[in-house]
Amino acid sequence: MTVEVAKHRELGLTDSEFELICEKLGRTPNDVELAMFSLLWSEHCAYKHSRKLLRRLPTEGERVVMGPGENAGAVDIGNGYAIAFKVESHNHPSAVEPFQGAATGVGGILRDVFALGARPIAILDSLRFGELDSLRSRHLLDGAVRGIGHYGNSIGVANVGGEIYFEAPYEHNCLVNAMCIGIAKQDEMVRAAAAGVGNAIVLMGASTGRDGIGGASVLASAELGDGDEAKRPTVQIGDPFEESKVLECCLELLEKGLLVSLQDLGAAGLTSSAGEMASAGGVGIDLDVAKVPLREADMEPFEIMVSESQERMLGVVEPAKVGEVLAVCEKWQTGGAEIGVVTDSGQVRVLQGDEVVGDMPVEALVDGCPLYDLSPAEPDGWIYGNRATLDPGASSEETLLALLASPSVASKRWAFEQYDSVVGSRTVRRPEAADAAVLQIPEAGNAIAVSIDGNGRRVACDPYAGTIEAVLECAQNLACVGAEPLGLTNCLNFGNPEKPAPAWQLDRAVSGLADVCNALGVPVVGGNVSLYNEGPEGPIYPTPVVGMVGELPDPAKVSGSAFIREGDAIALLGPFTPALAGSELAKLRGELGAGLPQPNVAAVSAACTTVREAVRAGKLSSAHDISDGGLACALAECAIAGRIGCSVDVQPLRERGCSPEDALFGEGPGGFLLSGDRETLESFGATTIGEVGGTTVEVAAGDRSFTVSVGTTEGAWLSLPGQIEIRADN
Amino acid sequence: MRWGVLQFPGSCDERDALHACSLLGEARLVWHEERDLSGIDAVVVPGGFSYGDYLRAGAIARFSPAMEAVAEFAAAGGPVLGICNGFQVLCEAGLLPGALLLNESTRFTCRQLNLIPADGTKSSAYARISSRRPTLSIPAKHGEGRYYAPGEVLDRLEENGQVAYRYVPGQNPNGSARDIAGVRNEARNVVGLMPHPEHAVDPLTGSTDGLKIFEAVAAAGVPA
Amino acid sequence: MAKARVLIRPKEGILDPQGKAVERALPALGFEGIEHVRVGRMVELEAEDPARLAELCEKLLANPLIEDYEIERLDGAA
Repeated sequence: MTVEVAKHRELGLTDSEFELICEKLGRTPNDVELAMFSLLWSEHCAYKHSRKLLRRLPTEGERVVMGPGENAGAVDIGNGYAIAFKVESHNHPSAVEPFQGAATGVGGILRDVFALGARPIAILDSLRFGELDSLRSRHLLDGAVRGIGHYGNSIGVANVGGEIYFEAPYEHNCLVNAMCIGIAKQDEMVRAAAAGVGNAIVLMGASTGRDGIGGASVLASAELGDGDEAKRPTVQIGDPFEESKVLECCLELLEKGLLVSLQDLGAAGLTSSAGEMASAGGVGIDLDVAKVPLREADMEPFEIMVSESQERMLGVVEPAKVGEVLAVCEKWQTGGAEIGVVTDSGQVRVLQGDEVVGDMPVEALVDGCPLYDLSPAEPDGWIYGNRATLDPGASSEETLLALLASPSVASKRWAFEQYDSVVGSRTVRRPEAADAAVLQIPEAGNAIAVSIDGNGRRVACDPYAGTIEAVLECAQNLACVGAEPLGLTNCLNFGNPEKPAPAWQLDRAVSGLADVCNALGVPVVGGNVSLYNEGPEGPIYPTPVVGMVGELPDPAKVSGSAFIREGDAIALLGPFTPALAGSELAKLRGELGAGLPQPNVAAVSAACTTVREAVRAGKLSSAHDISDGGLACALAECAIAGRIGCSVDVQPLRERGCSPEDALFGEGPGGFLLSGDRETLESFGATTIGEVGGTTVEVAAGDRSFTVSVGTTEGAWLSLPGQIEIRADN
Repeated sequence: MRWGVLQFPGSCDERDALHACSLLGEARLVWHEERDLSGIDAVVVPGGFSYGDYLRAGAIARFSPAMEAVAEFAAAGGPVLGICNGFQVLCEAGLLPGALLLNESTRFTCRQLNLIPADGTKSSAYARISSRRPTLSIPAKHGEGRYYAPGEVLDRLEENGQVAYRYVPGQNPNGSARDIAGVRNEARNVVGLMPHPEHAVDPLTGSTDGLKIFEAVAAAGVPA
Repeated sequence: MAKARVLIRPKEGILDPQGKAVERALPALGFEGIEHVRVGRMVELEAEDPARLAELCEKLLANPLIEDYEIERLDGAA
């Protein structure tokens, strides 16, 4: 066994992967080459265990302008404009340093969007932590929210929505997924493919230091164990001020037609950007590390090639225009340096001045990584454990208050008030004002709606059905604001794919995602995969996070989720057949287990269409999707938001075969809670269940009937801050 | 009415301010390196994170060529409105008294709240007055908005009617002294406030009370 | 070149919520008996003309209305 064999293992490559590299090079790789291969062939960059599965997803549609493979996806919004969007994870760095991990997660997704030439206009975030009685989880939550706020607020992009869940399986592996939406003129958008032999490669933005060296292969392709304190030096530090400058610089360069192509630098830094640009363009690239502006003296070539210093972009520029490009960088007080050239060699060559220190075929580096098949095996029953926190004899009122106060269900105002949700003057519906965020798009004379959803616990009960539910949840949220889905992005957060149970979860989830997207006719325009989210106690809940963008014609006709008028009828619409399987109540009772009812996608889709059209016609006072905590929680949320009570009878659900408890607290897709004029509601097939008015939430449900004041429900629903703030007496 | 909205590296809300101003006249951006304010009737120093809020919010922006021009413009009596980071810049530049400190909660906060235009009121009287005056619904979004000045300076501001806006009792988002949300200079042509009137000009995105604040600036010193 | 370190502190009497927040969090992390925490800033620099350091502090590095500063010479000079 030679010293070099040990080195490749340290960098995360298997013996057979190393042998394959030697074969493709025709020799043993040197240090620079080995470092570059180890990063591009890591799970995080190469998607070795997921790429074959992802081929099942539908990616085409008449509104698709850019699909998977570009920096972000984009859909046509009308009048020559496109909406670009994508979601990405930054899980492992956030578990180590939550503030910077979450901040740089936001920074990275912003760059993916403006790399297309789209100006970012909104961000959303989807977070998961362990239960709040863990000091560590409170620390991670606090750090992540501060980090997201710090970066998003400073750069001036509105944070318009998101979700936060607290579940024990995320204790050692938190999830931080960030989504960004941008707007671009379609004829000013740019692709990532490098083109034009002889064109210059220009590096823009921050200088290059030792941030994140080895980040990709060290953090994202291995499970986190105890002693991960030692990984602290590999976390990247973000500078939103630098990003705002390089963003304006790039958008001005694109507006002036000065760039042939543009790519952001993310995981694996220059290595992946240069490699991917060359691969997409079918060309070669020569890079001279001596020309890269450095923050630290005496960095080695391999360090420069794999550094993950933030806020850097790579552009391809015609030689005659390089001077002008550098002048624009100067104007915006951001870095600009010509560091290389496009060649026809089909190789990525790394030079240090005149000396060639690395020379690899593009194809081997970017596409040569072996793709692996999974060996999935369905686990025997529920593998996640249970913990009861609710007294079995709890009354309906006590149960409702416990659900509303449950951190996953409770209002997230504590978090979203730390984010600027109004900058840019587009936000028609701010967080928790309606089921989806709504942004006006005066450029196209319409508006868009965005929702990000995913319930890992329900996916753990049934990965196929649970994933379908996540997509239906998004579609329902969009319908509540009158929006029709245009496209979807997803982040697949799963455990170790080399183990049979997470492999099975991933396989079933991707099938569910493919089937529901096909059935709804919603294309997947991009996404991200984060694997190896597993600790000594096992894998996280399988967590596909779905971000959906829809369009609506008139933002003035968007109802909210609040009850607004005494005397309005309250009605149910949709094939809602609630059950306790996988529900928040089942969790509080310690009764979680495998299995979920199979969703009726066609019926839910039809209900979405009905609600959407009713909202667009201005026929509803309010619309709210029934999700976590079931109908009782949905009623309380509408009452709290409207500061007015309601009186309701769940008999129609009893007639569908639900027990009183199922009716009150059961969950499942296809439930819309609407309010408005009774006849109007019934004219499009909604079933009246009650009326808005008074100061209490009064629900008739057989032997589980209850009445509770709106004020009391509000107290429970707003109780999250008290559960979070780190107190001296803990 | 011709408005000039300053733009520093790191400004975020300058385009929103530009849009709001263009509802009430003509408006253009003034790049931080420009000194020429000719043709401009009123200046807006916008919100955001100029220079990343590095060192202290507004500490670097105040030295820009454009701010030197604004100081001359203000000394000659021209109307100047500072919003959020703009308020911080005007205090750092000495064009307004006091300073803005870290919010008492230590956290950034973004919320819609109600302001009382408070010219000429002293804090003992303002609780009485606030219940009679119409309030303005404006969003605030900042991490360092706690207004501070030494006690005798605050007394003087109130005596002189230089407190321009206060938060409605119970809605102070940051611990500002005496619920002060905005102040004027002695000559009454320079005003700064932490909340964002440029985000309250469109019924689709919130209230339109912000327009009243811009109109007050255009009338140079007359309270809203 | 003169080497100096400038310490910038919030003035006594001004509420320092950062200091308070740190102080409050310490017992939960296992640190008892820590009081009067105040959080400030530190700037290190090299200056050709050390006579101008005080002016630099007054005008830019500190805001004299709300902060005190202290210049420490790191090269042995007064």
